[in-house]
Amino acid sequence: MTSTEHASPVAEPMLPVPYLVAGRAAETHDCATLRLEPAGDSLPPFQPGQFTMLALPGIGEIAISISGDPAGQDGSLTHTIRAVGAVSTALHNAPLGALLGVRGPFGTTWDLPSAAGRDLVIVAGGVGLAPLRPVVLGALAGRGSYRSVCLIAGARTPAEFLFRGELAAWSRRPDIEVELTIDQPAAGWDGQVGFVTEPLARLPVDPARTTAFLCGPEPMLRFAAEVLLRKGVAAGDIRVSLERNMQCGIGLCGHCQFGPILVCRDGPVVSYTLAGPLLTIREL
Amino acid sequence: MTERSAQLTGAAIFASLSAEELELVSTAARPVWFGAGERLFVEGTPARGCWLIQDGCVALDLLVPGRGQVVVQTLGRGDVLGWSWLLPPYQWHFGAVALQPTTATELDTDLLRTLADQDPRFGYSLALSLFQACVQRLQATRARLLDLYRSPRDQH
Repeated sequence: MTSTEHASPVAEPMLPVPYLVAGRAAETHDCATLRLEPAGDSLPPFQPGQFTMLALPGIGEIAISISGDPAGQDGSLTHTIRAVGAVSTALHNAPLGALLGVRGPFGTTWDLPSAAGRDLVIVAGGVGLAPLRPVVLGALAGRGSYRSVCLIAGARTPAEFLFRGELAAWSRRPDIEVELTIDQPAAGWDGQVGFVTEPLARLPVDPARTTAFLCGPEPMLRFAAEVLLRKGVAAGDIRVSLERNMQCGIGLCGHCQFGPILVCRDGPVVSYTLAGPLLTIREL
Repeated sequence: MTERSAQLTGAAIFASLSAEELELVSTAARPVWFGAGERLFVEGTPARGCWLIQDGCVALDLLVPGRGQVVVQTLGRGDVLGWSWLLPPYQWHFGAVALQPTTATELDTDLLRTLADQDPRFGYSLALSLFQACVQRLQATRARLLDLYRSPRDQH
């Protein structure tokens, strides 16, 4: 078994399936979480870490990670979208009832079951918390299967944390350690100020029994992985989610080539054994 | 190993010190406790003391006119607080206040400097230990300067 798993292939991967926007929650000034319900047939169940290709007719299609609860798979999909470009802004602004085309789910998974019996260290930076939300929910749902669970999440400011209600609820639970830290000092914030590597460096780690899940900007992945490696965690026990310009979603077009891999097919979740050497190559 | 030096062996900052050097450091160490809101030191005042935080949270802050006390960084379990005592002008560049009840090992830095002057080999080891912590702090600060979570859409 590899550290990240391939899920079952989708039967008609290039055929968009119509979904309706059934719910919308603003997360931050530029992020919203959409709940999509199938207008007819639904896509196969997803695994944490996977993504779908979301399309708005006449505007375009982009890859978006699934941020929903893996336990509640009733055919609906949950995506957290940051308004950055034309397509993501249109998706972010999609009103209730809007019709989207959805393909997927695609890509490798965080393979949470293979971390059973181990300590889980989950490190998220900015919107990187969205693809990791299914890991946290999955870990909490099967809490007895893991040793300690620690989530370290960083944001620019307190207002830019995703899922603030859930973060507060998780922080109150005794069975998960939640460390929130902000980059920029903010009035009224009485929590931690510093980069995610700082609470990570403070975390006592049993390196032989730790599996880490990292998602965020690539330099953050490198810095966080370096802290874990210094603590003795093996690169093969560090899983990272990569982001590239994915177009077909099934390894045909090559747009998301990243060295020897196609991120849509061989990723987005890969072992740091593979990702580490690639992340320092310029323009890759 | 004495009981006092045993308390320091778990401190990552002193991981590279020998047992003898750790014993020297321990002669300057004493356990302390700070209540939430208690100020450890004030910026601009003479810098004496260095703390190894065992539990809790301490904020480094600075008075910014119009904004009040601005927290620039927080420190927690395993972090070292205070190195302005090591270099001229021996004044605190920032203030420090406990945000939560905090336990720490306080080092008598007057004694440490005397010991380092008497034994430059020990002084070098001690300076390297502090330098390592300083570099890690600098690297984390540089990472924050990159403003990595900024939206690509935002302009500076």
